[in-house]
Amino acid sequence: MTASPLFSAFRSSLSEAWASGAGLLLPLGFFAGTAALVPFTLGSDAELLSRVGPGILWLALALSSMVTLERVFQADLQDGALDLWLQDTGSISLVAAIKTLTHWLVSGFPLVLLTPLIGFMLGVSPDKMVPAMLSYALGGLVFFLWGGVAAALSASVARAGLLIALIALPLYVPALIFGVQVVDAGLESPSFLFLCACTLFALGVAPAAMGAALRLAAE
Amino acid sequence: MSDRRLIEGRGLGAVRGERVLFRDVSISAVAGELILLRGANGSGKTTLLRQLAGLSEPQAGDVKRISAHHWIGHTNGLKAHETPRTHLQHWARVWGSDAEVGAVLERLGMTRPANVPCRMLSAGQKRRTALARLLLQPRDLWLLDEPFNALDTEGQSKLAEMIESHRAEGGAVIAALHGAAPVKASREVEL
Repeated sequence: MTASPLFSAFRSSLSEAWASGAGLLLPLGFFAGTAALVPFTLGSDAELLSRVGPGILWLALALSSMVTLERVFQADLQDGALDLWLQDTGSISLVAAIKTLTHWLVSGFPLVLLTPLIGFMLGVSPDKMVPAMLSYALGGLVFFLWGGVAAALSASVARAGLLIALIALPLYVPALIFGVQVVDAGLESPSFLFLCACTLFALGVAPAAMGAALRLAAE
Repeated sequence: MSDRRLIEGRGLGAVRGERVLFRDVSISAVAGELILLRGANGSGKTTLLRQLAGLSEPQAGDVKRISAHHWIGHTNGLKAHETPRTHLQHWARVWGSDAEVGAVLERLGMTRPANVPCRMLSAGQKRRTALARLLLQPRDLWLLDEPFNALDTEGQSKLAEMIESHRAEGGAVIAALHGAAPVKASREVEL
């Protein structure tokens, strides 16, 4: 498969995301809203907030990643674009991966950029901010890739949001465990290497799983 | 009509739940042919076409695809935000085609709405845009699912003309139809 179809898939996903307008901001609003509610539920104890803050942010990140996943492949199945991708490209897995990565770029990466602000609000210490941002970037990528698999598996199911959560959340666990540890233990810790391994594993396996699921959905 | 075979499906079958849609259907197309798949709603025309296109695995039999094909399903494959022009440009890029998109749009009578978002097009205009993909890249075999749906008389004659000219150039068409055909078929397969 040449780069041209992949680049076209990237461009098309980007323009589709852009055309969704405010839909792009949904995960961002969900992430900020969830994190902002925490001080109201746990109280204003600064020490407690700074201790649980990174974990809360991870939880918010995991949940936010699922807000818009439902439409990533479902729209393609409904409007017939999936048939065209299946017919006319060498690898639906690569196209699915490009679509998911684009989705992460427009909906997931902004969450990383918002981290310092929310982290500051929750009292996360400044020296933990860089490990936090890097781990959120990698963890977010893992979440979107496994979420993409769940979205592909449920592409033919109406109102699949809950099903996506049920399939994806267990797959999020390893990245979540190591990611939370990275924020505390720093980038030199083994947890960071494990988080990188989780990311590489998801990058290697999720596209093939998405491809197989999409072929099944098109049947 | 030459005897150059473009696709061959042998002993094809499909089952939905406990209902057998069709069984032991063999179908092949040679250059210059137009084969119409006929049958009542739910008889399996679309399923058979999808099996021929490789979009569904046959539950019995096998398909040998000898030539490249175009697929136009009953959904058009258009995105709401795309315009007919950007849609065709996108697929031309994916296929590495250097076809002149403006000329393709003109042939389908889509020059005027070429820059209108697809969500604002009529059903017939959307169908014409989907059919325009056939002209982006020459491929021997066209697999068309209810291609005349939503087209007005002018659209139907344009498609009939495209099909005739494709056949004259050595291509073949297999189309599922349930209404009257504005084109003369080489043969019909009843499901």
